[in-house]
Amino acid sequence: MLKQTPLNAKHREANAKLVDFSGWEMPIHYGSQIEEHHIVRTDAGMFDVSHMLPVDVKGEGARDFLRVLVANNVDKLQTTGRALYTCMLHEGGGVVDDLIIYFLNESWFRLVVNAGCADKDMAWMETQRDRLAPGLALIPRRDLAMIAVQGPNAAEKLWRAMPGMRELAAPLKPFNAVVVGDMFVARTGYTGEDGFEIMLPAKAAPFFWQALLEAGVKPCGLGARDTLRLEAGMNLYGQDMDERSTPLESGLAWTVDLKSERDFIGKDALLRLPRDKRLVGLKLLDRGVLRNHQPVFTAAGMGEITSGSFSPTLSASIALARVPAGVNLGDTVEVEIRDKRLKALVVKYPFARDGKALV
Amino acid sequence: MSIPANLKYTKSHEWARLESDGAVTVGVTHHAQDLLGDMVFVENPTVGRKLAAGEECAVVESVKAASDVYAPIAGEVIAANAEVEGSPESINQDAYAAWMFRLKPDNAADLDGLMDAAAYQAFVESEAH
Repeated sequence: MLKQTPLNAKHREANAKLVDFSGWEMPIHYGSQIEEHHIVRTDAGMFDVSHMLPVDVKGEGARDFLRVLVANNVDKLQTTGRALYTCMLHEGGGVVDDLIIYFLNESWFRLVVNAGCADKDMAWMETQRDRLAPGLALIPRRDLAMIAVQGPNAAEKLWRAMPGMRELAAPLKPFNAVVVGDMFVARTGYTGEDGFEIMLPAKAAPFFWQALLEAGVKPCGLGARDTLRLEAGMNLYGQDMDERSTPLESGLAWTVDLKSERDFIGKDALLRLPRDKRLVGLKLLDRGVLRNHQPVFTAAGMGEITSGSFSPTLSASIALARVPAGVNLGDTVEVEIRDKRLKALVVKYPFARDGKALV
Repeated sequence: MSIPANLKYTKSHEWARLESDGAVTVGVTHHAQDLLGDMVFVENPTVGRKLAAGEECAVVESVKAASDVYAPIAGEVIAANAEVEGSPESINQDAYAAWMFRLKPDNAADLDGLMDAAAYQAFVESEAH
């Protein structure tokens, strides 16, 4: 039996194609994935992301606990509502999950973790909590729904749907959040566009979704969410990194703090392990579509595509690939697709952001 | 969308139509494009290639996934539709108009071994459950 979000009935009303996503019945699209993709790059779309799990870390010493739990440094969070993207590692340096941490106050941080990792993450965090900070509460917030409103017109349409929000949410800079009544509004997203991720009580979610619909925000499925995040060069857990890969070989070195004295779980392994692989962007030069797990042949050795798809913004196929560290931007590599070797260019990513193609 | 009565169908969701000149036109069904979603790539077999019945001979890819296309019956490829390669989305718009390739069948009677519209309809419904 698949789990359903509080918005399941709204998706059915809108004729969504529903699929099993990590045990959740989620909309993959509402008609056309490509149209939904373009709407987010040019106007405003919304995603039901209620399958993701918010977890509140509450109690004295929350910051000290998080300093050890995750690879990025929560000491970067000094102002209320500030957000931090980070990986949570196991002792071997592999990625247990990637998450966003919001700082509310010294005894309240909010984490948002992936749906597919939620049970594993809770178990992992509880084990670490028992060891490091037994007094701390870890509260999974399945009572909340989460809606992402994304696109250049997301803000304007959000104010139209909920006029009272404007005053508090309009001043938000990217990667900052504010509590508005019983809603939690963050200027974050997974698309490479301006927008908000809004957590609110599950019961209120269908009403809020309807208000957004009436304000002209188009429902978009997880299909478009995936092509948007790939164009924006954002990793997807389980594809671009997992427990067998470290953040350093997953294009996420910028999220790992190895400079401070602080010790965190997985740090020793990161310092010890060879850094012989890197994540790069690929743009296919021949006709075809790059897909996950296709082998990549380079002058420096073999690699593998971790996320590949068709980019609606570029009208070309793009990918993230894990390749030997000796591969450089501008190199031409070959990707094996159905027994054929096709040429692809190693490019800097993001591929597209803020409505524009970048490669 | 209704399933055209004048075509024959395979379990791998190709349609085949016998033309007045004896050629057989092949495409993928509306149901196939509905399963796959927005089409972004089509690769047809080369003209002159001889195909066995059920042989993998073409590919359609949507944003979501790649899917092989199989020869409904044995024959030689006598035409490939370059237009559909140039605009794969035409399969989403009208799967029965957006033909992929034409065969000169080894034996046109082989078409009798394929499903008619009613049988295909029943097959699609059985797959959905």
